[in-house]
Amino acid sequence: MHHLELPSYLEQSDPVRDRFARLKQRPVVLEVKGLSKEFESSHGPVTALRDINFKTHRREFVCVIGPSGCGKSTLIRILAELETPSSGQMLLDGKEVHGPGPDRGMVFQGYTLFPWLTVKKNVMFGLEMAGRGRGPAEEEAMQWIDLVGLTKFAKSYPHQLSGGMKQRVAIARALANQPRILLMDEPFGALDAQTRARMQSYLMEIWQNIDITILFITHDLDEAIYLADRILVLKAHPGEVQELIEVPVPQPRSAGQLLSAEFLATKKRLEELIHPPAAEQEDNGDHLNMVRMVPVHDEVESVF
Amino acid sequence: MGMSRWFAVRKQLRPRERLVLGVASFLLPLLVWSLVSYVPWIWHPQVEVTDSGAVSYFKPGMLVDREVFDKELLAAREAGAAEPEGVPANPIYLPAPHQVAQAFYTAFTTEPKRRSEQWLHESLWESIQVIFWGFFLSSLFGVPLGILAGTYDLMSRLSEPFIEFFRYLPAPAFGALAVAILGIHHAPKIAIIFIGTFFQQVLVIANTTRKLDPALLEAAQTLGARRLSLLFRVVIPGIITDLYKDMRILLGWAWTYLIVAELIGTSSGITWFITQQARYKNFDNVFAAIMMIGIIGLTTDLLLAWLGRRMFPWQQAAARA
Repeated sequence: MHHLELPSYLEQSDPVRDRFARLKQRPVVLEVKGLSKEFESSHGPVTALRDINFKTHRREFVCVIGPSGCGKSTLIRILAELETPSSGQMLLDGKEVHGPGPDRGMVFQGYTLFPWLTVKKNVMFGLEMAGRGRGPAEEEAMQWIDLVGLTKFAKSYPHQLSGGMKQRVAIARALANQPRILLMDEPFGALDAQTRARMQSYLMEIWQNIDITILFITHDLDEAIYLADRILVLKAHPGEVQELIEVPVPQPRSAGQLLSAEFLATKKRLEELIHPPAAEQEDNGDHLNMVRMVPVHDEVESVF
Repeated sequence: MGMSRWFAVRKQLRPRERLVLGVASFLLPLLVWSLVSYVPWIWHPQVEVTDSGAVSYFKPGMLVDREVFDKELLAAREAGAAEPEGVPANPIYLPAPHQVAQAFYTAFTTEPKRRSEQWLHESLWESIQVIFWGFFLSSLFGVPLGILAGTYDLMSRLSEPFIEFFRYLPAPAFGALAVAILGIHHAPKIAIIFIGTFFQQVLVIANTTRKLDPALLEAAQTLGARRLSLLFRVVIPGIITDLYKDMRILLGWAWTYLIVAELIGTSSGITWFITQQARYKNFDNVFAAIMMIGIIGLTTDLLLAWLGRRMFPWQQAAARA
């Protein structure tokens, strides 16, 4: 096999290093300290997350990535306080938060639009919850709908929209509350590859133009590298922080960078972390029991 | 293609075909009924006497079993007496379609035999009122309790175990008790419909409420919804279409309790009409009245379904599933 000579993912060009230095000067929006989560399961207690620590700076884009079962969904649900941690702390702008709230907007993989409300009413929901009057809420909602390019569909119901459009409404709905941080739990996981790529560039565009910090969960390595300033890599059993990678691919990003040396170097590193060769060999009983089922003298004897 | 198209699993036929089949679903039983009624050699276990001949106890118009008629005919023939004549007939309890159709019309135009008795439409109206109040009162308490039990575990645990027990107690068994407490008029009948509906209603609606996608509640919470606004802005609108469907089904159940309820105390309404007519052996009227209930039930349901489509425009796609 032919191997590419790749630089180290730790090598950063001057503008990139410069940018990270400035990024770390920005105020901290989210700080997670010693966060742990244990579940009671039928096999006894399970540690889903152990001693998670990290900081997110203002207007930073952080991706969380890890093998299945690493507790990345649990992490984001704890940050939204849809679940309570067993121990540890999370500070939003240096203050503790209690219960789920509009200061941490959330976008779910399953869209979760309210099917009984039109697009406009969906986006107005949070604004009305915040006590905004009908008129101003409507006006504001229309601005956000316009921002995600769905003005024509303001009066449509969710079931009339495609998956990508639904997710744009969900993003607009979360952003309308002007949250401090936007939590996204594999938001594009259910979309086809093309829609997914389009949604990624939409999201980049939104992020570049709005004062929003994004924490984005994904299991797609390319997606993480393409979107993130920094990638928080978790490992499974128990879920722990393995590494916080500073993505060396310069900003602003474009699809053309997908084959750049920095991009591939980062991807190589992520592959090593998430699919370590040792883990592949691990026999956990989950494999096929394949025997040859083609006659020996068959016309097409081998696929090779 | 061929036949297989008509038996494609979970695939809808063309709209026109569906309509035709729908009409046929009514015509087929009607066809069977007509065959049994109008084709003399199908069934017809009795003979309607047209001429009594020498048989002393035969009278024209009388219905006798075929064996009896044949025996008497044979006896008369052997004795050389005048032979009785008759035509094959069905028992009195199976009137022909045209007789029922006629009764359908005349039931509304025939004055009651006694001053104290009611016209058919008055009986029907009485029944509808009893159903309405029974179902309304049941829903007044059952719907909110069901929604609360489906939303809050506290309410669920506090009400459902007992309701699970109570729903097995047959509503008609409370008839005597209801009369003793509420008198003999409408109140005990309404109570029976209430008892028959309420307990099922709470459980069905609690279940429907629990089927609401919890992700919607989580999404609402991250958008700032709290306590009451979660209940009123998410739970209730989220289940309203299914709740409405449940109510339509429950209303159908309420009708089945009506007949029992109306036999309690002084019998009343459509049930009174039916028992009265059966006593006079006017089975054409009995069938007409029973069909009337079916027609009222089906019409109400179609009306409610249509109304539902108007009220809940977002479920157009879901309604087809």
